[in-house]
Amino acid sequence: MTSTAKNSSAPSPDPLLIEKGSSLWADAFLRLKKNKLAILGGIIVILILILSFIVAPILSMTGLDANEQDLGNRFAPIGEGKGGLGTDQLGRDLLMRVLEGGQISLLVAILATFMTVTIGVIYGGIAGYVGGRVGNLMMRVVDGLLAMPFLIIVILFREIISGHVDDLAKILIDDYGWNDNTVLRFANLIPLTIAIAGFGWLSMGRIVRSSAASLAKQEFVEAARSLGLSHRRILFRHILPNMLGPVIIYATLTIPSFILYEATLSFIGLGIEPPNSSWGKLIQEGANFLETNLIVLAIPAVMFSLTLFAFNFLGDGLRDALDPRASKD
Amino acid sequence: MLKVILSRLLQTIVVVFLLLTFTFFAVRQIPGNPFATEKATSPEEQAALEAYYGLDKPLFIQYVNYLGNIAQGDFGDSLAMKGRKVSTLISEAFPVSLKLGLISLCLGMGIGIPLGIIAALYHNRWQDYSAMIIAMAGICIVAFVLGPLFQLLIARPLSLLNVAGWNRGSDLLLPSITLCFGVAAYLARLTRGGMLDVLSQDYIRTARAKGVPTLQIITRHALRPALMPAVTFLGPAFASIITGSFVVENIFLVPGMGQHFVLGITSKDYNLVLGLVLFYGILMGIANLLSDIALIFMDPKLRS
Amino acid sequence: MLRNTISLTLASLALISCETRSDVEIANEENILIIGNSNEPKGLDPHLVSGVLESKIIRALFEGLCVDDPMKNSSSLPGAATHWESSDDFTEWTFHLNPEAKWSDGVPVTAHDFAFSYRRLLSPDPNWPAKYAEMLYFLDNGEAYHRNQFGKILCKNDPTFPLEWDILKEANFTGDQKLNLGNLAKKTFAELEESDLKKLQPYLKEGETLNLAKLSAENVDFKSLSDPEKRIYFNSIGIDKLSKDQLTYLKSQPDLIAWTEGVPAEIRQLVLDRIIAHHEAGKPNLWEQAQVGVNAADDFTLKLKLRGPIPFLTEITKHYTWYPVPKHIVLKHGEINTAFSSPWTRPGNLVSNGPFKLKTWRTNHLIEVEKNPHYWDHDTVSLSGIRYLPIQNYYTETRMFGDDQLHVTYSVPSELIPMAQEKYPEQFRQEDYVGVRFLRVNIKNTPFDNPKVRRAFALAIDQEAICNKILQGGQKPASGIVPPFGDYVPPGLIYFDPEKAKALLAESGYESTSSFPEIDLLTSNTDSGLREAESLQAMWQKHLGIKVRIVQREWTTYLQKQYDKDYDICVGGWIGDYLDPTTFLEMWVTDGGNNNTNWGSDEFETLLKKAENTADVPTRMGILSQAERIILEDTPVLPIYWYTTNYLIRSEVKNWNPLLLNNQPYKFVKIEKP
Repeated sequence: MTSTAKNSSAPSPDPLLIEKGSSLWADAFLRLKKNKLAILGGIIVILILILSFIVAPILSMTGLDANEQDLGNRFAPIGEGKGGLGTDQLGRDLLMRVLEGGQISLLVAILATFMTVTIGVIYGGIAGYVGGRVGNLMMRVVDGLLAMPFLIIVILFREIISGHVDDLAKILIDDYGWNDNTVLRFANLIPLTIAIAGFGWLSMGRIVRSSAASLAKQEFVEAARSLGLSHRRILFRHILPNMLGPVIIYATLTIPSFILYEATLSFIGLGIEPPNSSWGKLIQEGANFLETNLIVLAIPAVMFSLTLFAFNFLGDGLRDALDPRASKD
Repeated sequence: MLKVILSRLLQTIVVVFLLLTFTFFAVRQIPGNPFATEKATSPEEQAALEAYYGLDKPLFIQYVNYLGNIAQGDFGDSLAMKGRKVSTLISEAFPVSLKLGLISLCLGMGIGIPLGIIAALYHNRWQDYSAMIIAMAGICIVAFVLGPLFQLLIARPLSLLNVAGWNRGSDLLLPSITLCFGVAAYLARLTRGGMLDVLSQDYIRTARAKGVPTLQIITRHALRPALMPAVTFLGPAFASIITGSFVVENIFLVPGMGQHFVLGITSKDYNLVLGLVLFYGILMGIANLLSDIALIFMDPKLRS
Repeated sequence: MLRNTISLTLASLALISCETRSDVEIANEENILIIGNSNEPKGLDPHLVSGVLESKIIRALFEGLCVDDPMKNSSSLPGAATHWESSDDFTEWTFHLNPEAKWSDGVPVTAHDFAFSYRRLLSPDPNWPAKYAEMLYFLDNGEAYHRNQFGKILCKNDPTFPLEWDILKEANFTGDQKLNLGNLAKKTFAELEESDLKKLQPYLKEGETLNLAKLSAENVDFKSLSDPEKRIYFNSIGIDKLSKDQLTYLKSQPDLIAWTEGVPAEIRQLVLDRIIAHHEAGKPNLWEQAQVGVNAADDFTLKLKLRGPIPFLTEITKHYTWYPVPKHIVLKHGEINTAFSSPWTRPGNLVSNGPFKLKTWRTNHLIEVEKNPHYWDHDTVSLSGIRYLPIQNYYTETRMFGDDQLHVTYSVPSELIPMAQEKYPEQFRQEDYVGVRFLRVNIKNTPFDNPKVRRAFALAIDQEAICNKILQGGQKPASGIVPPFGDYVPPGLIYFDPEKAKALLAESGYESTSSFPEIDLLTSNTDSGLREAESLQAMWQKHLGIKVRIVQREWTTYLQKQYDKDYDICVGGWIGDYLDPTTFLEMWVTDGGNNNTNWGSDEFETLLKKAENTADVPTRMGILSQAERIILEDTPVLPIYWYTTNYLIRSEVKNWNPLLLNNQPYKFVKIEKP
């Protein structure tokens, strides 16, 4: 069954597009272009990804160090400091701290979201499609785990995993000669990521389950069933693609909310290991300077908010574009 | 219907039991010592305290004892705040969190759902963009920045409002606004998504083509199915918002349950954590059940 | 649904009151002082708490023998006692209690309440978790009673006993609490498990091992054990836990006990006889026999006998551990040493003898005390009440002060100090505070087993920069552990000298910094601790080329890791309990509960003992200074700075003066209406 054929089970698409024989994705891209905010969001997301994962490493190779302190040059204003964005409370270069903080925050959020979507979609999809007693039981387990305090899971994972991650990091540094700064910086975020994902997939599972349950009762699924298609085929070719909308909506909400989780953990003092930074930690420290040195808060907060907005609007646009039933007015 | 409710209630009990069991053993794996204080605790004092709270027995025996106490309605004593019962701590803090949570939830629904509807109606137009920017603003600024900002920009200039505290009626306002944005943003997104889905359905198109007024289409036909994702979300959101938020309580000096969750875990107050988890688990079970029932009412297809 | 939501919201908003006066304005009219108090107190039993914030409430509720002078340090005004006198050598003191002093229920405060309180705090029962019992070790025999050293108690106070106190002092056979390992005491050898064995390990002498497998295979009969094993058994479990049979066996084998060198055989026999007699008498209560130096001569005369000359005793009596608790109320709600299960400190039950009594206690919300009408000096008390707010977030606290919600803040966070100085020049206070911030070093871990490395780390700390650039609260670089106050002349051995630090490191034998083992810097997850840790990390990197890793843990884990000595370097601090250098020095004795560095020095301890028996103040201070020199030269502790307090106080609050311990006597505080 081709994607255009699937569209026929939903409200009829633009006839012009069908005549061109365009694929679902080309179709989606055309629709995405109509959403100005989504395009803007997409551009910002790409820019921020470039800044964090291409510009930051290049700058750090040119000798800018996010952790180098100069207590004689604290709170340098914008325009000063090596990076030009001034310095923070310990005289560290703000530009590098914000860029490297973004790297950590984005990595944590993106990796955790990826895990969340994978686990949540499969688990929730099966629970929703199978339904009945098994589906119910699967959902009660989710409900139960959702009621576990987030912090217990985070602290547990941190204690259990960080030891192993430290060992791994040591092997990489000692036996393979990897750069110790880089390895330690990234080793550090793995327990945090797993802890966040270990909790985050539960809500994803719930959302997916409810969509899948309602899709499973739709006519086109019943039609597929009556055609004798296998459960797996129905689940993966009909139900899951049709859930892309809610999943993408939720995933794009998830990336920023995981950045937020990380920030909240920083507020409690359980965030990333110092002296490394993340946006959450920068904002948390910066918030203490709200009255006195607003800029220390403003720069990471603006980057953070911009990223959140961008991810959200991009996700919105993608959702509208990818959902074959979306309106086209 | 009654059968469905009863069987789900039964399932909820099973789930809460599993949750309690898992938490019981998980929380003991967290390193640290509930009796550590600024002044050293000697080994014999440690042993005496452990004996007093029954922590010296094998873990499984403790577990059985704990279940026995719970069955008798005894949540035990707090380990960190010595001399105080877990049930007292919860019964003091819950009304505060409930009040704050309900108001935030209402505010969140009042802001989020209309914004979501507007955004869907004016899809891809400036109304859509501005509604979503407003809805999102609250979650794009973290609570621990938003809270202090409110304190400085709203409470300080207004003599009616205090910066923090929990004594006057007006003290509810800033924390509940800070708390409501998270709910509002999620609701706006889910409502918008659900609404867009529904608006593209054939029956709505038909109704439109027939010239039924937009407002009528929304209230009569579109709203109910469009709110389904939002209702799914509201179940757990309800349970979690009425059990407090550490950040908001910390910033606004609210004597709610959120602090107990965090301090209970960080100070390894096993009894307090278990009591809270049990309480929260039951609330969550009820909230989910309610949201499930609401869904059944809203979607005729699920009723079978 | 939507309509309901909106109407509910509107209804709740309508409930909001329209009070336009600020909290402080209302409180001023009610004559109530509102104080930020940082956190929820762990309790209000003066014998069971150990924190500063609890002490602030307890000092409003209770009153000791003497009261702080609001105007100057190290000066005492009459409290529960109207006057007092001491013997010339400062070892015997008589306090004359005020017959007018009453508990808040109208019952007179008597010397018996004090005697009861001191007995209560010193209770030797392991179920009695008093944190600060050693504050009463100043009393003669206080330590022996609290640690249940009944061997000493049984022999020492008998004038006919042919033994010098000092010889017996070190003998570890007595069932001393320190050696009593709780549940272990109830076990026989056969029941010992692997984990118990670990606890016993510190008591094994070199070369001794317990073979668990062998022991459990054997029958319980301990007579069959080889000698070293038996000795371990007695040393670790204590004679008082033995059965009569076992004691009789022991009597024939007195050498099984680890005696101090030089105790003659006949004296061993004599001591054992007494212990056995004590057992046979059914182990009567030791309080009478211990003769702890507290005696209620009559209802209003309290006589104290001290372990040595203590000229500054009145200073000590102002610490809350020396406050009386109401005997009649404590016993009404439990036994003398019923700890947490006693509800006597709950609102409604709590009866106190201070200027205020407990009115409201709501968890995480507020504690309010109101004027005590039965207080003997109630005419002096101006305030009609004090409200303590558990504000954990100091940024919120400072903002609340700006919004007229508080009279006095607990603190001003360092980020806001420059702003507070500028915005509230009249209200901002910065005062010296007897406390020291330091780093503990685990001297058993490499490379810190090398004193040169420790000293190098100490000298590479740019204390000035931490004080002036990061904290900005007027803190002073610490040249030693004891902050400067009174007549004490600190030896001053620690200062910032990167060149010398480098040189020391070079001498230490480590070829290059890359051959250095990994070093962890343990800190708690508070903001200020973190910022210091980050700057220390950068300083050692810059001046020594050594990279340390910051390990941040939540509070209780951070504490536990210190007690377990599971760290390399650890951020810590100490606030003086009373105005004497010993409050900063005594913690560093070998295996002291707050030492945690594995450090110990006989010379250091000898000097402390010597000071204990010296009455002349300048001589005593000289000895203490020598003792501090020893610890600084060996550097198991790296001092960083001496504390100050920074806080905001409204100008209508009067009689609130700078005091080194910041223990404001609230009875003198006034709110002057503008």
